[in-house]
Order: sequence, then structure tokens, then C-alpha cells
Amino acid sequence: MSPDNIFEGANESGGTEEKDGERKLGYGAAVVETMAQIMREDESVFIAGEDVGAHGGVFGYYRGLQPEFGEDRVVDTPIAEQAIIGLGIGAAVQGLRPVVDLMFMDFICVAMDQIVNQAAKLKYMFGGGAKLPLTITTAGGGGLSAAAQHSQSLEAMLCHVPGLKVVMPSDAYEVKGLLTACIREDNPTVFIINKRKLGDACHVPEELFEIPLGKGHIVREGSDATVVAIGRMVEEATKAAETLSDEGIDCELINPRTVQPLDIDLIVESVSKTGHLVIVHEAVRFGGIGAEIAAQIQEKAFDYLDAPIERVAAPFSPVPFSPVLEKKYIPDAERISAGIKNLF
Amino acid sequence: MDITDEILIDLYKRMVRVRLFEEEAGRLAESARLPGFLHLYVGEEAVAAGVCAALKNEDQITSTHRGHGHLLAKGGDFNRMMAELMGKATGYCNGKGGSMHICDLDLAMLGANGIVGAGVPIAVGAAFANRLTGNGLISVSFFGDGATNIGAFHEAANMAAALSLPMLFICENNEYAEYSPRHRTMAITDVIERAAAYGFPGAIVDGMDCVAVFEAASLAIEKIRSGEGPMMLECKTYRFYDHVGVKGTASNYRTDEEVEEMKKRDPLLVHEARLIESGVMSADSLQAIKDEIQKEVDKSVEFAEESPFPEVEEMLLDVYSKREPS
Repeated sequence: MSPDNIFEGANESGGTEEKDGERKLGYGAAVVETMAQIMREDESVFIAGEDVGAHGGVFGYYRGLQPEFGEDRVVDTPIAEQAIIGLGIGAAVQGLRPVVDLMFMDFICVAMDQIVNQAAKLKYMFGGGAKLPLTITTAGGGGLSAAAQHSQSLEAMLCHVPGLKVVMPSDAYEVKGLLTACIREDNPTVFIINKRKLGDACHVPEELFEIPLGKGHIVREGSDATVVAIGRMVEEATKAAETLSDEGIDCELINPRTVQPLDIDLIVESVSKTGHLVIVHEAVRFGGIGAEIAAQIQEKAFDYLDAPIERVAAPFSPVPFSPVLEKKYIPDAERISAGIKNLF
Repeated sequence: MDITDEILIDLYKRMVRVRLFEEEAGRLAESARLPGFLHLYVGEEAVAAGVCAALKNEDQITSTHRGHGHLLAKGGDFNRMMAELMGKATGYCNGKGGSMHICDLDLAMLGANGIVGAGVPIAVGAAFANRLTGNGLISVSFFGDGATNIGAFHEAANMAAALSLPMLFICENNEYAEYSPRHRTMAITDVIERAAAYGFPGAIVDGMDCVAVFEAASLAIEKIRSGEGPMMLECKTYRFYDHVGVKGTASNYRTDEEVEEMKKRDPLLVHEARLIESGVMSADSLQAIKDEIQKEVDKSVEFAEESPFPEVEEMLLDVYSKREPS
């Protein structure tokens, strides 16, 4: 952890390391590397947000960019979420490709008008004439005892708004590929950085690459049950699938990567094979992405289902502060395993 | 400041274009030929005309729910405006935006807006892009007195000042936030007092006089373009009709006497008197301008009424941009 990181418990951004000839990069470091590479190749990309410049972001995922690209392209703004999004919208309409940071996903609520009523709708309301290549980065998810206003997973709220794309990278590889795709996209995207994942490293290619938005990924093939896990839950679901494999349940794990647009075809195909579906997310169960996936699966794959669809998600309460409570609140491998077993 | 005859006539034409279009739109609304809400700009023409005449075509503006005047004063097209008001496929927004979302990106008009105050942060973004690319342009945000009570305005004003952006804030103070008088919604008399709090200069302007607005805007724009940071003008103006729709009198929130008193200061009458007294134009030639523009308005109604509605399939178009092959 860097000494000036104000969040006890947050992992450090993680640097690169060579191990067994494979280049590994931390989740947070992947944000920095991607931004730097994109800003070198595209002058229309800039970053604006609270403390993104001199401080490099409160989580450090913009560290080192201002020294290279200067104060004009890595812009420290006032604490003013509506104006930060507005700044991005106005600049995007002018043809730039802004990346604006909202620090904590919870703060998106402060800027909801600019995101929902302006950014998401401008193109449509203007009869198609406007392009809005705007990327909003924000840190979501719990697990740091950051309590109810700094820990939420609000992706379902955003997915309900036509015009937005909502992207949830589960590891450093996806951070790089999906962030690149978001910035090159001509639509407003919300790129949700999971703050518990910041220090986790995995193999990431050095050169820029894109992972297409709207395409899910089969993390693990299996024949007994389909498990759809979102964001950091991919990691927990992987552990659960490994455990259950020893017990004779063979899970197919799907990571949608983007929740809007949602790769429902991939899930339908998998459920057609396994006949069982469990959906896992960190957000509260009621009205979460799981509800949408479950509804679409009963529309599109009802005949293949051998059991009711199971959802493993947070209960319907604000995120609690106490570590003891929060640990029970956020789904983990154990709860996911129990959820999968419920199907059989 | 030297105001040429050409500028005086240009200001007049801009105001007449707005006035005659708006009066026509009002008549159409009253005869139920326009769907949706209509927020008429009548009475406030001097502000849009004075500011837009001082801008370059490429300078961006953001607007309000009362946005027809801003687009027309910047050179908007009657046909596409009227067609949009009727929800037709030939309209500015292909019939998908309507009165509150009129825009013309070719004229750097970044949209009317259905949310009070929401255009101001967007103008900050345009100003930021101007500075980053060094294109020498400025952005202007039009907003009402009521919008200055909204958080978005405060955030935008402070950010524009903190980043010293090339942006002009134009407050159209018509004394009413929808139906609530200014004295009930803020404890100050002049909105311009707020500019000082952000650390940028501002001035009060007679918003019923297009020349006063043009002069003040020109001076401000020159300073802003030279890199002096944002500025604000409070244009004291008046809405002749109601917040929405037409009527304007016999209301429960302002007296008819007040309306009549303000109509004596009708920006068109003020300017017509000036043009005639100074010998720039005769009454006949002013009437000829109005007749000519009225013909264009009439044609726009014809154009709009004859235009097709959008196909139902178009409902789902343009929710997202498609990726262009690189």
C-alpha cells in the first residue's frame, strides 16, 4: 500500500512483475498503464476528476499520469460531481474523448441528472447527430468497511437507462481490454473499478488490446450448472466451482464482463446445456442484474430449466460498516457453493 | 463602442425571427396543432439576439427549456424547428427531441434542455475542450434566474472559475422561476451578486435592449477570448407569456398591470424606435422585414405539416452510436 493511500485495507495498485516468463500486472496498475498508453496514442483523451492529478486518485489508479501528460490533460477538479460529468459531456460533444472519474460509485447519485438525463439521452434527443465518447470511471463494491455511502454496487440502476453502457472488469486483464474499448467507444460508458481487486495481479499483455463490450466470457466450462458471476464475484465463484468440482458438481462459469449490453445469448446457450442457473452479484438481490437475467432466461430457455433459478446476492439493507456484518453481507465462495447446491 | 447600421439591422432581424416564430408557435399550440409543452421566449428576444450577434458561428451555446430563441438567434432554420415542434421526421431531432431538446450542432448550439440548470455544466465542458485544443472559441451558457438556485449552476460556475475557462454566463433574469417570483426564491435582488462569490466579474445589463446586450456581450467576449477567464452578465428581462403555453395575463402569480408595464419596454418596440429615430430604417422598411420573415414562418408551418412523422421503427434508432470501422 502506498503511504498516502487514505483507505486502510485497500490493496496497493500493484506493479508489473515477470514470473515464469509471464508478465503480470495489478488491477489498479492496469488502469494507469492503459490510460498512459491510450493518452500517448490519442491526444483527444484526457482525465478529469477529484484528486486524479497531483494525487493520482485516492486509490492511486491514476498515479504517474499528470507528471507525464501535464495539468491540462490530467485535470484536478473541484468536488463537484455534476460539473465533472458536465465537463465530460461538453468536451465529448466537441469531439474529445474524456475520461472522468467519480472516485466512489456511490457519488454517481450526486451526478445522476448529468448521467441519466443528459449523457445517456443526448444522442437520441438530438436525433442521432451527437456522439458522446465519454468514459466515467468509478470505484464500486464493498469489503473495506467503508460503510453504506462508499461501498455500493449500483450497476443495476445504470443498466436501466437506455444510452449508457456499464462495464465491470473482474481482473487486470479485463481492466486493460475493457477500458481501452470504453475509451474508443462513441457512447457514454460507466467503467466500474472494484476497489477490493486493486492489488490483484494477473497476466496482462503489454500492448493495448480491446475486449469487445457486450461479449461475455466462459471462465470455466462445465456440464451441471451455469454460474453467472459479475465483477469481483467471478473470483469467488471460481473458488466455489473448484470446491464443488471435488464434490462432483461440474459448474460452467460465465463472466458477462459488461452488464449493459448483456451477452444473454451466451447464458442461454450455457443453460440449454446445464439446465441449472445461479446468478451471483455483490449488489442487493432485489431488482439486481440477477433479476433481469432470470427473467430473460425464463423467456428464452424455460424449457431447459430443471430447477428454479437461484440468486446469490446481498440482502436488502445498506452495506453495513462492521467487518463482521459486512463479511456476512457480501456473497463469498461458501455462500455461492450453498446456492449452487440448492439446485440439486 | 461603435455600432454600425449593419449590426443594428442584424440585431433587429434576429429578434424579429424569434418573435414571429414564437408567436406562430403559440397560435399553433393554442389550436392544439403542437404536441407537448411549449415554453415561449417572447419578451426576452434582446438577450439571445444581443449575445448571439456578438459570437462567432463556431462558439458553442447551451440553452434552457425556453430554448427556441437561442437557436433562432444563432441562425437556426425555421423549417427544421417547426417540424421538430410538431414531432416530424424532418425536424432538427428527427422528431425525437421536441421543443425542449432543439439543437443544431452545426451551429454549435448544444441543445435546449428540459432540466433547469443542466446546460451550464455542459458549457463548462465545451469551454474546457476549447482551451485544451486551443481553437480560440468560447462557450456561452444561457440560464434563467431560477437556475442559479440549482446545484449544477453552482458547481459549473465554480469549476469554470477554478479552471479559468473561456466561458460566458448569461443569466436571463425574467423575475420568475416558473410561477414563483424572484423575491420568494432568493434573498438577493440581483443575481449578479453571485458572480463575485465565484471570483469572476459580472455586470447587469438591460435585457430589453438588444444594443445594450450586444455591447456588454461583445466586451465580455473579447476579454474571455483573450484568456481572462469566465464572466457573467445578468440580463434583466421579462417573459410576456406564461412559463408554459401562451396566455400571460389574468394569472395568479403576477398582475396584468405589471405585464402591461413591461410590454411598454418590448425589446422590438425599443429597437424599432431607435432605428427610425436614428434614420437607419424607415417604418416601411421595418415592416417589409417583418413581412418577409413572416412569409418564412408561414412556409415553415406548411413544411412541417406536410412532413411525415417518423417511422415507428425509428424509435429504437440512435440510442447508441455504432462503432465506425477504424
